[in-house]
Amino acid sequence: MSPAQIEIQIIASIVAVTCSLLGVFLVLRRMAMMSDAISHTVLLGIVIAFFITKSLNSPLLLFGAALMGVITVSLVELLNRTQLVREDAAIGLVFPAIFSIAVILISRFAGDVHLDTDAVLLGELAFAPFNRVKLFGLDFGPEALYTSGGILVLNLIFVIVFYKELKLATFDPALAAALGFMPTAIHYALMTLVSLTAVGSFDAVGSVLVVAFMIAPPAAAYLLTDRLSRMLIYSALIGIFSAISGYWLAYLLDASIAGSMATMTGASFLISYLFAPERGLLAQARRRQNQRIEFALTMLTMHIANHTAAQEAEIENEVVHLNEHLKWTPQFAMEIVGVAERTGLVQQREGLLTLTENGLKRASQEFSN
Amino acid sequence: MDISQLFYDLFFDYTLRTVALGSAILGIVSGALGSFAVLRKQSLLGDAISHAALPGIVIAFLLTRSREPVILMLGALIAGWLATLFMLKVIRTTRIKDDSALGLVLSVFFGMGLMLLTFTQKLPDATQAGLDKFLFGQAATLLQRDVVTMAVIGALAIALLMTFWKEFKLITFDAEYAASLGYPVRGLDVLLTTLLVIAIVIGLQTVGVVLMSAMIVAPAAAARQWTDKLKFMVILGGLFGAIAGVSGTLISGSAEKLPTGPVIVLCMSVIVLFSMLFAANRGLIWNWFRNLKNRRHLRAQAVLSDLNTLAMQHPNEARGHSSAVLRAMSTNPDGVSLALSQLKEQGYAQELAKDAWALTQAGLDEAGKTSEKEA
Repeated sequence: MSPAQIEIQIIASIVAVTCSLLGVFLVLRRMAMMSDAISHTVLLGIVIAFFITKSLNSPLLLFGAALMGVITVSLVELLNRTQLVREDAAIGLVFPAIFSIAVILISRFAGDVHLDTDAVLLGELAFAPFNRVKLFGLDFGPEALYTSGGILVLNLIFVIVFYKELKLATFDPALAAALGFMPTAIHYALMTLVSLTAVGSFDAVGSVLVVAFMIAPPAAAYLLTDRLSRMLIYSALIGIFSAISGYWLAYLLDASIAGSMATMTGASFLISYLFAPERGLLAQARRRQNQRIEFALTMLTMHIANHTAAQEAEIENEVVHLNEHLKWTPQFAMEIVGVAERTGLVQQREGLLTLTENGLKRASQEFSN
Repeated sequence: MDISQLFYDLFFDYTLRTVALGSAILGIVSGALGSFAVLRKQSLLGDAISHAALPGIVIAFLLTRSREPVILMLGALIAGWLATLFMLKVIRTTRIKDDSALGLVLSVFFGMGLMLLTFTQKLPDATQAGLDKFLFGQAATLLQRDVVTMAVIGALAIALLMTFWKEFKLITFDAEYAASLGYPVRGLDVLLTTLLVIAIVIGLQTVGVVLMSAMIVAPAAAARQWTDKLKFMVILGGLFGAIAGVSGTLISGSAEKLPTGPVIVLCMSVIVLFSMLFAANRGLIWNWFRNLKNRRHLRAQAVLSDLNTLAMQHPNEARGHSSAVLRAMSTNPDGVSLALSQLKEQGYAQELAKDAWALTQAGLDEAGKTSEKEA
């Protein structure tokens, strides 16, 4: 691996962790789409700040972007409060309008500078190592490393210092307000950080990838654990995995790094969705299957118990007749009888089923229910 | 460029006419189908579908090596449709909520599209130039052939919408009732979502994936302000969409470096803003006036009733009462003098001497009527 490749992967991992830290709270607070809106509208903040400062490296750009993020959130809430449109529609009205203004401003007035919509939406991580911080003739590494690292530290401090407040405001905002934890202040602080993160990461990875890293790893982690602290750690790890594997996927295909990383966040989610130990699709299917077998076993013991004393026992309790009497397919009947024999619920003698002691106990337990 | 020249071009300039026609068709179809999406609380579904269509477009190109709009649209349709189904499945089978599922599908599918797009661009025999116009849309590249395709597909979607009008209306407003009547709710749901996907796919080439969501939400949100009837909402939504499409095309055609998609979206935003402010019954300004009128009416009624109470205490003399007394009786002392002049204007009160107020006969009758109503 060349130094540039290592640098790219480090930057991508930092961005991944930065985004997923905040993303956890967005996902839990049901505000995931706000990140999509903000990641688009910060463009206008950048454009306006750029027109004022005439520079693409001014800290005012970050400030303008953060401000625009907060304005977006406030506008959505304002629209929502008029009760003329629902919240989702409010988001869908606000961000395309602001984004359109930004795109028009760029194409009209900033045609020849390096500020085009493609770069903002899609990012170009491959160029990140070329933009270096140099002091006194010494090379201190790529600039993106410092921007994204700085925002990571900021987010980490925020989450650690206000962990309790965030947790309470997320899971029980009414209680948080009653206890004086100011959930609204937390909300706006979170939104400001989301805007900062969006703009700081977007240089490197583009706005769409910001959304992917903010939502996919936390969503995947949400299926793996019930604890907030673990969800934060898992989503950071999933983010790093997606970033690094995404980089190599891009390398392999010679394709967009941002796009490949977003694809890998999706793949990570898919893995979690299928294989999560308790909430995954497979676990769900297995649980349903187990319940089906357990229920069938109970049915079988009850059926045999019902007919043991009666004269028709010989007919009813033959294995071959189960399909008629319990409406089971022959295959399913064989399978269940097999399981029942193995678990010691029934015995089979010349095709005739009788209950063992355990089987009898199970049947009578069910009857008494 | 002056206005008459612009309208002349609208009818006789090939490019402008084609683009305007395409935008109008897009506006009509997305406005009509967007109405259902907004009412079904699926406003942001359009955003997700339009982003998710990108990999479909690229894969369709990779498989067929053709830039035929119909084939690319088909790819977009399939991808958008799969994305929607995946999203609904995730929402149904996990505790992940709709907002996260939307954001997930949107960003991951779009990222995948981007990856495939850049991959395609680096293929040696790639004749893919023009695929990336789907990102932001390039209305200016619309050909008459594209517009015809859009018109045919759009007409098909609208025809289906009208055929299943009653069913769609029912599942939009009361899905449980529809199920209890024996309608195949899930099938209708899928059909309606498919029509939405079609509406989005039609618009991709004109406004691009990023801004297409606005064309779904905005016309419907504007139309909603003017009416409570679904039929009018759908018609108005289509009309607003078409107006925004044509005016956006004209404005962007009137100056250089004005991209069509964003201008159309801004025109649509202006229509939304206007509707939210001025719509009859629901609009903010309308509401403000209504509140003002109600407040003034209630204020006058309160003073009227106070004057009546005073008159009852002095049954046999026409006696004036000072406004200070009325202020003391009122819950809103500052409004008393305004209310008095209002009552005087209406002929309910008279000033017997300076600052000595009493009800006229009409005022007494009116107060009697009000207290009867209250009793």
